[in-house]
Amino acid sequence: MIANPAAPLLETRRLAVSIGGKTVCRELDLALRPGERLAILGRNGAGKSTLLSVLAGLRAPQVGEVRLDGASYAELGPRAAAKIRGWLPQTRGDAFASSVLETALVGRHPHLARWDWESAQDARIARDALQAVGLAGFEARDVQTLSGGERQRLAVAALLTQAPRLFLLDEPIAHLDLNHQIAMLDLFAGAARDCGAAVAMVLHEPGLACRFCDRALLIHGDGTCELGPIADVVNADSLARLYAHPLREIRDGDHRWFIPA
Amino acid sequence: MPTRRRAFLILAALAGLALLSIALALSVGSIHVPLADVGPALFGNGGDSLNGEVVRKLRLPRALAGFACGGLLALAGALLQVLLRNPLADPYVLGISGGAGVGALLALLLGLSLVGVNGFAFAGALGAMFVVFGLAHGDGSWTQTRLLLTGVIVAAGCGAAVALMLSIAPENKLRGMLFWLMGDLSQNNDARLPLAVLVGVLIVALPFARELNLLARGADTAQTLGVAVGRLRRGVYLVASLATAAAVTHAGSIGFIGLIVPHLVRLATGNDQRLLLPASALAGGSLLVVADTLARTALAPQQLPVGVLTALIGVPVFLFLLGRDGRRRSA
Repeated sequence: MIANPAAPLLETRRLAVSIGGKTVCRELDLALRPGERLAILGRNGAGKSTLLSVLAGLRAPQVGEVRLDGASYAELGPRAAAKIRGWLPQTRGDAFASSVLETALVGRHPHLARWDWESAQDARIARDALQAVGLAGFEARDVQTLSGGERQRLAVAALLTQAPRLFLLDEPIAHLDLNHQIAMLDLFAGAARDCGAAVAMVLHEPGLACRFCDRALLIHGDGTCELGPIADVVNADSLARLYAHPLREIRDGDHRWFIPA
Repeated sequence: MPTRRRAFLILAALAGLALLSIALALSVGSIHVPLADVGPALFGNGGDSLNGEVVRKLRLPRALAGFACGGLLALAGALLQVLLRNPLADPYVLGISGGAGVGALLALLLGLSLVGVNGFAFAGALGAMFVVFGLAHGDGSWTQTRLLLTGVIVAAGCGAAVALMLSIAPENKLRGMLFWLMGDLSQNNDARLPLAVLVGVLIVALPFARELNLLARGADTAQTLGVAVGRLRRGVYLVASLATAAAVTHAGSIGFIGLIVPHLVRLATGNDQRLLLPASALAGGSLLVVADTLARTALAPQQLPVGVLTALIGVPVFLFLLGRDGRRRSA
């Protein structure tokens, strides 16, 4: 499946991003290869979501470029890009009523030709995705009657239906119960391990980041970033600087947890 | 999930309804032509010549124009509700009908002919459309809120200009001006232009129907799923504006069709634009034809403004469907 394991799915060159006069990062050189899982950590307002939307091609960087599987977004066009990267937004609002199955099926759009309607095969893919996030049996429900956590899992199901190779996830475990948090992170770790997907996710829990990711990007909010293998970048000292609060590291077997001191 | 087969069945049923409404419009009036005689009268084989004249020269153009204008308004409403992601949007919310109203009333005030009124109305609609687009889109950014606010303000300005013209208008012109504002199909008797625009808008919009489904779920989501959002939005704005301008120029500001028909169809069939757009066009056309038939027969020989009738029919039907939908959801 992976033609060239060295070729990055996502690459940034000398990327500078700022929003509202605040610098998120400068000179950021990031390469994310198939199978890699990147955790993006930082304080509220540091620019995690802004950076992720630049990576998703929704917002232009101030300097530098983002390349997806070797090509820029402009070269790919929206349709080809949609087959490579999927984006999970942090907020979602539904202006119109729609069933759960219809909502999951939107992910098939880039795979369908202009006059195609969703086939039985597409419906099967969507049902499998709903099953994977624990929403089997919800197909006919109106999305406007779902809870926040169910709505979040439905958004992930739509993303799975899209079947991208690069997942850009903005707080994928927001609104979720503990069991669903672990299941969701397991799901994406499995996609990286078994399908050669690359994952970049904004997280707020460093312990879960250490457990499910192999690389980390710390966004300090003053324009400086730290990028590297998670074991090197994430420790009590760096997190204390990141969150401006002292932390203690607790080890439990292979797992590292950080608790506020 | 609406399948293609189900969509075709629904559209076929609505097309039958549209034909029925037009047949009714051809049959009813000061000279009653029985439904069975409508066909012969229309195609000139049999029936007496007076029936043929009335049906072909008077009722058919008016029914077709009503169908086209109703279809255009419903289509424009459906498109703008997606563009603005606001279920309360209607074709008039962006000030296009306001611009047309200013143009038409100015022409009526100046005592221009029908062609002049139509020309001024269309110019006013286009003027409002470019002003709103230019102001909302001037610096390249584009948000639904900004577009909506600009449209509402331009519409308010047009409303003030309309009120001003009404207040200074001489008594003998006032009735014509008021009828124009309420929507009136009795003036124009050439249905070709609105029909052509209706067909054109459908041909342009339908290939993008699935992309519109995504746009309704949010611009960023649509973009990451492969929709060229900027281009699609500009296209939808242009097409919906032209549809509104064509309808308003031909028939005045007929209310409620553009707001209520897309909702009726959405409540009955779901929010898939592949079905919603053509179904709205058919349902909107049928509703306006029925309303116009009532408008010219209910208090005959007096003609009522058709906009009043569309509201009188549309409101109870809408409330019934809304209540049914609410019960179904809470069940």
